[in-house]
Amino acid sequence: MSAEANSALEIDRSVGDFSYPEKHTYDAGVGLTEDTIDYISNVKDEAEWIREFRHRALKVFREKPMPTHWATKDLNNIDFDKIRYYLSQGQRPTRSWDEVPDEVKETFERLGIPEQERKFLAGVEAQFDSEAAYSNVKEALEKQGVIFVNSTEGLREHPELFRKWFGKVIPTGDNKFSALNSAVFSGGSFIYVPPGVKVTHPLQAYFRINAENFGQFERTLIIADEGSEVMYMEGCTAPKFETSTLHSAVVELVAMPNAKIQYVTVQNWSSNVFNLVTKRGMAHENAEIRWIDCNIGSRLTMKYPGVIMKGRKARGEVISIALANDGQHQDTGAKMIHAADETTSNIVSKSISVGQGRSTYRGQVHIPKHLKGCKNNTECDALLINAHSKTDTYPAITVRGNQHATQHEASVSQVSEDQIFYMKQRGLSEAEAMSLSVNGFVNDLVREFPMEYSVELKRLIDLEMEGSVG
Amino acid sequence: MQCLRSRKRGHPIITDFLNQPTPDDLNPTTMSIDIRDLKVSIDGQEIIKGLNLTLPKGEVHAIMGPNGSGKSTLAKVLAGHEDYEVTGGSITMDGEDLLEKEADERSRDGLFLAFQYPHEIPGVTNANFIRAALQARLPKGEELDAVAFYKEMYAQMDALEMDRKFTGRSVNEGFSGGEKKRNEILQMAMLKPTYAVLDETDSGLDIDALKIVSKGVNAMRSPERGFLVITHYQRLLDYIVPDHVHVMKDGKIIRSGDKTLALELEERGYDWLNDAA
Ligand SMILES: Nc1ncnc2c1ncn2[C@@H]1O[C@H](COP(=O)(O)OP(=O)(O)OP(=O)(O)O)[C@@H](O)[C@H]1O
Ligand SMILES: [Mg+2]
Repeated sequence: MSAEANSALEIDRSVGDFSYPEKHTYDAGVGLTEDTIDYISNVKDEAEWIREFRHRALKVFREKPMPTHWATKDLNNIDFDKIRYYLSQGQRPTRSWDEVPDEVKETFERLGIPEQERKFLAGVEAQFDSEAAYSNVKEALEKQGVIFVNSTEGLREHPELFRKWFGKVIPTGDNKFSALNSAVFSGGSFIYVPPGVKVTHPLQAYFRINAENFGQFERTLIIADEGSEVMYMEGCTAPKFETSTLHSAVVELVAMPNAKIQYVTVQNWSSNVFNLVTKRGMAHENAEIRWIDCNIGSRLTMKYPGVIMKGRKARGEVISIALANDGQHQDTGAKMIHAADETTSNIVSKSISVGQGRSTYRGQVHIPKHLKGCKNNTECDALLINAHSKTDTYPAITVRGNQHATQHEASVSQVSEDQIFYMKQRGLSEAEAMSLSVNGFVNDLVREFPMEYSVELKRLIDLEMEGSVG
Repeated sequence: MQCLRSRKRGHPIITDFLNQPTPDDLNPTTMSIDIRDLKVSIDGQEIIKGLNLTLPKGEVHAIMGPNGSGKSTLAKVLAGHEDYEVTGGSITMDGEDLLEKEADERSRDGLFLAFQYPHEIPGVTNANFIRAALQARLPKGEELDAVAFYKEMYAQMDALEMDRKFTGRSVNEGFSGGEKKRNEILQMAMLKPTYAVLDETDSGLDIDALKIVSKGVNAMRSPERGFLVITHYQRLLDYIVPDHVHVMKDGKIIRSGDKTLALELEERGYDWLNDAA
């Protein structure tokens, strides 16, 4: 049973099994040059300022060294000359459902992925047709004056709003990969919520699924105007059919005074993917930004969602779950920059390392001296599933001045053999016992995810555990 | 977090499989746990040194014996703990070789161990744990009826005078010693095993709890079920009256008798017994 599930996951994740002849109408080719940038800008028919923005970003990307002085040397294995930086929307090649390996189909079955989505995820369809589901939502949103479009449309149709905030929370030169994204981005969402509007249903990247949106270099910008509220969800628990090995997104959030933004991510990458993502929000007075994040799979994930608390009483929160299985490295954490009085931040991070899997927590909490009444709470817990698993914690909390309250707790625990024996004695298989333990470990965080995600998450953990037990 | 949907609504699965028909046509003499000349080592050190014991269905056997004589070791070997190495002998359950089965299979086949030191499972609620254990006993694709499950569990908790709040608490986490023991009996009552080994379930229980737990065990006594009760105290045996009492010392059963043996032990201790007996 476990061997079978294991191979399902593995076959599913090896790109070799997914190879097919490629033909694209718009294809920037491999490698990254000035021409690549022009190509993208031309295809998108972009304004001059954005073309320049891209070119400047390319320079910054070239100048910036790999951050291997603090991050893993594995980054040096990314071959930027072999990457395809742009394939146009709807032009991804397809293959028939019959060609999709049975194991992949079974995984979809067990995760309960809806029929139409399966075809998209397996690379059978370039576009996930969700217009029917989306049109109702769209209508409701339009009535409220909410803008929810992809970034290309956002640039074209709302240039003033877009330009005002674009690249302001995460400047191009923030890091090498934010520079890369700034140079070649395509896809991603642009959302604007007008003052006082509370969007009742979560907005899902889902509704806008297409090849480009699920691309490697998506760029998302969400602006919640004064007193508004919005929740955004991206990703899905199904292992994604992956043709590219580098995913490098940039997500910027702006919460104006009294606004609330929740950004929920559940991602399950194939184990050949470098997932290097920059996510940051700016919270103005009394605004709240919450990142709720679950990372499973990938060869290397580096992701430290952040909140800059710019206005008085602003609040920032990062809740994250990371699962590193054999051969995977989850390097995740949070960045909390307190830049006003009485700002509050909360970080709760749980990581699970299975087999040779490796989890790293990196936190940065910055409270400068001149501020008053700031609070931070940081909890990071690691669970190790067997003796080979690795976990490291680098919590950097710089608090200056004595008018603040900070609290930091960290723990490393193991699923003990005796605990597994106890559960087996009650009739649970080793895999069932493992997933129950792991689910127990992340239980309080899983509750923070929307219902449909939490159910999928549980199933996903079951699958991951089945694959990991000999 | 578990979804409460049941694919076969109104199908009382729990009570269904609990009363599974027993294969009466089998030779009745094999309706027992049979331990023959069992030898067990841990880290190369022999702890059980040629032990013989037969526990037939319908009977209650008590095992008493000094600290470190190997009683819990026996219980864990029965349950299938992998740290212990069986170096000789055999164990069968209803005629089937128990030793070649994994711990979880033994459990699903009807063997239950109430642990001397029950483990904690952080983040997993009691209700979800017991549910998962019952679910594991169902054929693939069949789902436990959630309504029937809660009904049954509440009834059992009432009988054991356990507060309902224990359903939502993490398994054994932060439970008092006595609460843990009572929780073991709740699990036994829910899983309805054919053979139950109770390892010092009485230690840690206050006098009232002892009576309640004993009542719970007695309610489960039946011709279809065997109990192996490990204890240090005659008092428990006043409530759960055994059919046989065995004395274990240095890895062997050195004396067997009826319930009066326990009284004698209470009075005289273990020293008067010698290994030759
Ligand atoms: N995992 C282990 N590693 C090393 N020694 C062990 C292990 N388990 C048991 N032993 C030893 O085996 C012997 C028997 O232990 P066991 O727990 O079976 O005794 P017991 O009869 O249940 O005692 P008590 O009445 O105190 O519960 C003891 O000497 C104990 O130290
Ligand atoms: Mg003992």
